[in-house]
Amino acid sequence: MARIENAKSIGEWLDQRLAVQTLKRVLQTEYWIPKNINFLWAMGMVLAATFGILLVSGIFLLMYYNPSTDLAFDSVNYTIMTEVGYGWLWRHIHGVGASLVFLIIYIHMFTGIYYGSYKKGRELIWLSGMLLYVLFSAEAFSGYMLPWGQMSYWAGMVITNLFSGGSLHADGLVEWIRGDYVPAQAFLSRFFMLHVLLLPLVIIGAIVFHFGTLRIPHVNNQDGEDFDFNEAAELYKNGQKKESKVIPFSPVFLSKDVFVMGIYFVLFFYLVFYHFEFAMDPVNFDPADGLKTPTHIYPEWYFLWSYEVLRPFSTNVGLIAFAIAQVIFFTIPFLDRSPNVAPANRRGLFHLWFWAMLVDMLVLTFMGKLPPQGIWSTIGLVAALVFFALWIALPIITKSEKKL
Amino acid sequence: MSTRRDFMGMALGGFTALGAVGGLYAAKRTWDPLPSVKAAGFTTLDLKDYKEGELVTEKWRGKPIFVLKQTKEMMAKATEKDKKRLIEVDGAHYMVCVGLCTHLGCIPGYRKDTQDFLCACHGGMYDATADVTKAPPPRGLDIPPFKLNGTKIALGVTGPEYEKMLADGTTLRV
Ligand code: HEM
Ligand code: FES
Repeated sequence: MARIENAKSIGEWLDQRLAVQTLKRVLQTEYWIPKNINFLWAMGMVLAATFGILLVSGIFLLMYYNPSTDLAFDSVNYTIMTEVGYGWLWRHIHGVGASLVFLIIYIHMFTGIYYGSYKKGRELIWLSGMLLYVLFSAEAFSGYMLPWGQMSYWAGMVITNLFSGGSLHADGLVEWIRGDYVPAQAFLSRFFMLHVLLLPLVIIGAIVFHFGTLRIPHVNNQDGEDFDFNEAAELYKNGQKKESKVIPFSPVFLSKDVFVMGIYFVLFFYLVFYHFEFAMDPVNFDPADGLKTPTHIYPEWYFLWSYEVLRPFSTNVGLIAFAIAQVIFFTIPFLDRSPNVAPANRRGLFHLWFWAMLVDMLVLTFMGKLPPQGIWSTIGLVAALVFFALWIALPIITKSEKKL
Repeated sequence: MSTRRDFMGMALGGFTALGAVGGLYAAKRTWDPLPSVKAAGFTTLDLKDYKEGELVTEKWRGKPIFVLKQTKEMMAKATEKDKKRLIEVDGAHYMVCVGLCTHLGCIPGYRKDTQDFLCACHGGMYDATADVTKAPPPRGLDIPPFKLNGTKIALGVTGPEYEKMLADGTTLRV
């Protein structure tokens, strides 16, 4: 057995049995963060905190939610909203949180793209991040089914139909996913299982993995500078904190993260208390009716861009376009052929590419919300084509980029 | 000794793989629709109850079923291909279709004044026989399996008239 001596403090007692000092060093006091970063690097911890809030509010919602097609709608809209003490609070927190988590994910992603934080050595950070994006999408979709309103039902219908693969006509697969010919009890129960247990477990695992992928390459910085972390760490440990390019993650950097989180949560709770309605679709306050489609079916705002990529094309082309859009961001570390790790504004054509992509996705988002008619259809079609053209252009423009 | 260890490793690995395959199969079967769900898939309608030019929505397997008795005007407009989609009983023609857009499954709305269907989801259009007239839907509304018995029509059972529609490609099997 290891040497266990009489401990003089609880800390020491734990250290002898669990090596907490080593753990603390590896994960906190000697996990080095560059100084040359800005508030955008706090988005990761903002996401982690938002996930925590979603988990807690979800647990309270679970106390009265009833996953049956007859009772689900009332258990949410009547019981939780009007009877349960502060039930409305958990629901509004959960709804606003689910919406904001995507806003922050998109900011976090585009920060990574802007600074080239997915490049050599950091590919796994990007890939695990994209995995989280896909998992959060599945989590948001399954959660949206639960109140069993009109939008729940019809979004469930339309999205599960995507799996028929257009002309492949794989209705068997669609019925298998639903457990019925149409979304019904079997469908609601299994999406409930996914939303409250399986997906959150997988998400927690994926977050741990995402953090793990950061530990060795470390986070990037505002200049994409590649410096010697060991050397910088030695300086810091020798007391030359000013000269060193790094600071410890915790408590030094974390205190900055917490400051950004503070501002974020002011906004968050402002929305929870005064503007929660943006996260609650009015159509979903009608109970599910399999014999009546709402006049416009559109997803929540964060899925609109990929929905708009699907919409202007015929079924098969639309499905292929949609499938590509869902996964294309996974490929950015491999499609970007330039070795430069630098902010986009120093990378010539890539700078243009970055803003074109951002603006194009915003246009797709707005068009996705508008009815598919006349000029809107045309703008949507053009924006969808531009989206794919940009991805085709990416390897070409980055290949010819000058080495910095 | 290493061979004995290898053997144990392979035996353990083999049984684990077997268990994993069994487990996956069980998981797949658990997601399958229940037999009771499958068995509840029949509906019978009496076609003589319907009025010309009035769309009625029935329910079969939880899906809306459109029944539209064609007017003279509709019949005059229908092409030969369209007419194949109709079910003839006692000299009258009926459109009987699953009322879910063949694009992604919204319910197209019937417009009485223009006698056609518009799907609000992505703008697809269908004529009075439910044949597609504007993309994105790839084809007309699907016709459910049916069997005629006098003026009665049973949905969920395949009769000779439905076989014929399948054979000449008028509808896909639903
Ligand atoms: C919602 C779940 C997520 C959580 C909890 C999370 C958390 C974090 C944290 C704490 C960091 C380090 C601090 C920072 O640079 O912000 C980080 C970095 C990073 N994340 Fe995420 N993240 C999530 C989703 C994503 C997604 C969707 C992507 C994009 C595909 C992504 C890509 C990255 C990249 C590239 C970095 C490195 C940034 C750099 O080196 O400068 N993450 N993440
Ligand atoms: S679902 Fe009808 S046009 Fe897309």
